[in-house]
Amino acid sequence: MSLDLALALSSAKPAGKRPYFMDPQVERVLNILMATVQELAVTRERLDTVERLLETKGIVGRAEIEAFEPTKNQAAERGLWMQEYLTRVLRTLQQEAEAMQTKDDLASEEVAVEVSKADA
Amino acid sequence: MDGSPDLKNAGPAQSYSGPPDYRVVGRHGVFPETSHDEIARFNFLAHMNRHLSTKVMPAVKTAWERRAGPGFEAREGRAPKDRHEVRKALLQDPYYQAWSALRRATMEQRQQAGRWIALRQAETLSAKVDALTKSGDRLEVHPALPIPRYVSAVDHHCMPGSYHREIFPGDVSGAANYDSGIFATTGGALGRFSDGGGHAVVKWVRKHLPDFRPRRILDVGANLGQNVLPIAEAFPDAEVIALDVGAPMLRYGAARAKTMGVENVRFVQGDGSDLSRWADGSFDWVQTTMTLHELSLTSMKAIFAETFRVLSPDGIVLHVEQPQYAADMPLFEQAMRDWDAFYNNEPFWSTMHELDIDGFMIEAGFKRENLIHDGVTAVVDKEVFPDAADDEGEDYGRKAAWHVVGARK
Repeated sequence: MSLDLALALSSAKPAGKRPYFMDPQVERVLNILMATVQELAVTRERLDTVERLLETKGIVGRAEIEAFEPTKNQAAERGLWMQEYLTRVLRTLQQEAEAMQTKDDLASEEVAVEVSKADA
Repeated sequence: MDGSPDLKNAGPAQSYSGPPDYRVVGRHGVFPETSHDEIARFNFLAHMNRHLSTKVMPAVKTAWERRAGPGFEAREGRAPKDRHEVRKALLQDPYYQAWSALRRATMEQRQQAGRWIALRQAETLSAKVDALTKSGDRLEVHPALPIPRYVSAVDHHCMPGSYHREIFPGDVSGAANYDSGIFATTGGALGRFSDGGGHAVVKWVRKHLPDFRPRRILDVGANLGQNVLPIAEAFPDAEVIALDVGAPMLRYGAARAKTMGVENVRFVQGDGSDLSRWADGSFDWVQTTMTLHELSLTSMKAIFAETFRVLSPDGIVLHVEQPQYAADMPLFEQAMRDWDAFYNNEPFWSTMHELDIDGFMIEAGFKRENLIHDGVTAVVDKEVFPDAADDEGEDYGRKAAWHVVGARK
């Protein structure tokens, strides 16, 4: 039950109208971004713990991690991952660019009217 | 302390001046459990607060001096006449907006992080607290006590549920959230048990009133007792009452005190504006620590009057607060200090800091010649924690450097 409480109420709004300092749409994105930035720090700290434990136990030294050089194939795999990653993250820019190239692009709402016509 | 070799003279620890790792936080018997990720979240937030106050905020002043201030004068043909005009002009400045939005976001993230920790173990915490407080006379709650409007209207510090609401009967998650997260908000500046304010008061009393031997002490707005425990420990023969309107804070506080081995404090639910259950002259010392700004004008005046009444002849009252907006404090600084009042749900903060506290103390019965004024900073373990006394920076309302205003009856 406590976990359900946490899921339902940990992000609850405090009593009192929230001030917005920017366009609320922009501030919303900033708020989501800062929560993401926080979670990156959380992951970084966890990774740091893992690296230090691996080193303490004599499994992988941190210097080894620093000095690691990927082989050509490994570098290619990583490069591919990075390309895929950026494609995913910057999806919205690709779609904006495609939209600029497109003529006569219709909104579904317009098509809805069109396909609902009795004589269509 | 953290098991690593002595780093005092070697490596990054020597020159490091940021917040300590959260893992140095003091863990009493009812402190919530925290996972690696939950700790990392607080570490991030402590650093974020520090970054905002030391790296981002200084340029708000630049924005005021070079942009928002001259803009105001150009528009209005005059200088701003009060801090509210300064703040409203700043609200139009994109840098102030960015700093404010980040500061608000950080506050909300701090609440979210602490609430997650407290809520996911809410039932276990409640049971622990119950087991520690159900017998004995260290806790006295009065569920019928009306919660004053100044507490119920908006949730202080954007803390959902504030000091008084429970999610289920016996819930102490609000207190556990407050207790576990204050370290992140202050970057450890209040010490392991967030009690640097209480230790500062003890240090002040020991220095200035070396012969003071209080038998009965009342702490008004005691919250979870974090600042009254050092006082109780310093005067083990005194009987100490920790008074607050918030029952969950008191329940958690009583359990916390018990596990910390402090036996001479009783946690009592009550409103400081009505101390009628205690006879005239019942206490040798009445203390408030960072409480006045959370009240209302009416309740503050009532508390001052009741304080005078319940103090014994020669008794001492001490109020620890952020500094008042004195006439020589620049309007920009006043406006910055007002941020928490309007954007972090501290509605009495702004008015309270412009009041003539001395005047109200005299109105309550104290003699002007018996008033006390001084400054104190949080007393912390300097080996581990940042010491506000060595910090030349300013965090406008958040720095652990306070004023003492008080009186001898």
